Amino acid sequence: MSLRGRTAIAGIAERRPSRYTEGATTLGMLAEVGMEAIADAGLEPGQVDGLITESFAEVPFMAPSTVVEYLGLDVTFAEVVDLGGATGAGMVARAAAAIDAGLCETVVCLTAARREQRTTAGPRRSASTGWAGRRVDRSPYAEFEEPYGAIGANFGYALIANRYQYEYGVTPEQRAEVAVAQRYNACHNPDALFFGQPITVDDVLSSPVIVDPLHMLEIVMPCAGAAAVVVTSSRRAKKAKNRPAYILGAGEHTTHRSITYAPSLTETAIKASADRAFQMAGIRRKDIDVASLYDCYTITVILTLEDAGFAKKGRGGAFVAGHNLRWDGDFPLNPHGGQLSFGQPGLAGGMSHVTEAARQIMGRAAGRQVKGCDFAFVNGNGGIMSEQVSLILGRNR
Amino acid sequence: MSDQTAVPAYNKPLPEPNTTSLPFWEGAREHRLRIQRSKKTGRHVFYPRNVSPFGAGDELDWVDASGRGIVYAFTVARRPTAPQWAQDVPYVIAIVALEEGPHLTTNIVGCPPEEVTIGMPVVAVFEDVTPEVTLVKFGPASPANGASSEQTP
Repeated sequence: MSLRGRTAIAGIAERRPSRYTEGATTLGMLAEVGMEAIADAGLEPGQVDGLITESFAEVPFMAPSTVVEYLGLDVTFAEVVDLGGATGAGMVARAAAAIDAGLCETVVCLTAARREQRTTAGPRRSASTGWAGRRVDRSPYAEFEEPYGAIGANFGYALIANRYQYEYGVTPEQRAEVAVAQRYNACHNPDALFFGQPITVDDVLSSPVIVDPLHMLEIVMPCAGAAAVVVTSSRRAKKAKNRPAYILGAGEHTTHRSITYAPSLTETAIKASADRAFQMAGIRRKDIDVASLYDCYTITVILTLEDAGFAKKGRGGAFVAGHNLRWDGDFPLNPHGGQLSFGQPGLAGGMSHVTEAARQIMGRAAGRQVKGCDFAFVNGNGGIMSEQVSLILGRNR
Repeated sequence: MSDQTAVPAYNKPLPEPNTTSLPFWEGAREHRLRIQRSKKTGRHVFYPRNVSPFGAGDELDWVDASGRGIVYAFTVARRPTAPQWAQDVPYVIAIVALEEGPHLTTNIVGCPPEEVTIGMPVVAVFEDVTPEVTLVKFGPASPANGASSEQTP
């Protein structure tokens, strides 16, 4: 089944990332950004008949109906997407499929993260209650990885970076250049968390090593924020307030959750997800004008450039060194600054790659608009190179 | 009081065995590394499962692994990955490829972090972290300990 050109992103909205949102609710943030995206599409809430939200701890179950009620919507399609960092891209693919299947015509896709200072020092998850007790997280990872300190994502990307270094080789300077280019882009995006704070390769390499070999400036900064998009039928998108970004291709691939059990640490599921997206869109890699690649770490970008087919396997470092990844360079990558420099507001960080790609296609990227932007490639990456969702957006159907 | 010299209580996350994984953790307490093997394919699998990931109509049996493997990937945590590890930096988190095939995530202990390399032969080291729980870590294989997977306390 092909979704090529059947649907489009007609509206986008994004809350500027901030370090903290004292006292705010995720529900309220989701609703605000959702309403803004609906208005951006030139639609009335009454015209929205589908809703996709992330699952969020604040509303432990039945999140979609909660958000529908809060927004006063009346929908024929309501669901949660739970694909880690690939959630935003996955929402768009599912919205397109639902619309194409006739379940609904206009879907608002919502992500948001609140963040409070007082909660940042505690453990990520509920502490173990020991042998005799019972805890909430009884996943294989809580049982077989967390006891060894394999907690969070930093360690996993460090394992990948070291294994990649062993198999193919990449210099610290090449990895650092990814962060430097994204910071340059963020300095052209007043909404970015690190706007006005340029960095150099030396800055990256002299920042502390957190998990060998990754330095602090190669790692995303968690923050608060929200992002939403409205996906609608191409028929309705034609009448939207703004130029739509047509969804030309979508691909998804998942084989594992934990990096421990990944078939390979250096050849990722991105190959399959990107191949599907390109095949559906019927375009070539060289047709892409903007790459919007999930960049939780510098090494993530190197692997994605290779597995999405922009660089040969093992040549990701050389690709970064041989191209200008800045928004005004020959290979514009994450013009908004990527999550490395725009910020990572939870799952809205992954969604920022969707909103930025749409913004570029719509010609609304102001001081960082890539010229002649006809095709954008988006990659969403969940967990530690686990869930992968690729999208291709285009100016024309 | 007689227990004034007791070490501080172990404060790190502990595994919570279930009916599926119990043989693994009971084995660990006996300083045995037990994993499952597919009846149909002979392939081994880790972590413990109720069903075989190698296809329908398969069954999984428990077997003793050799305890030998190699470091497939590793990192040295220079900052703690969780607050409970604050006193442990630097420490090594690694994926070990067992001789039988499966990969598992663990710690490499018994040598300085800078001596750990990818491909390094390692053997299981059993750490009795509480009276109930033994964690399976790995240490460098050498003529001294290569023949036994037991670590002398």
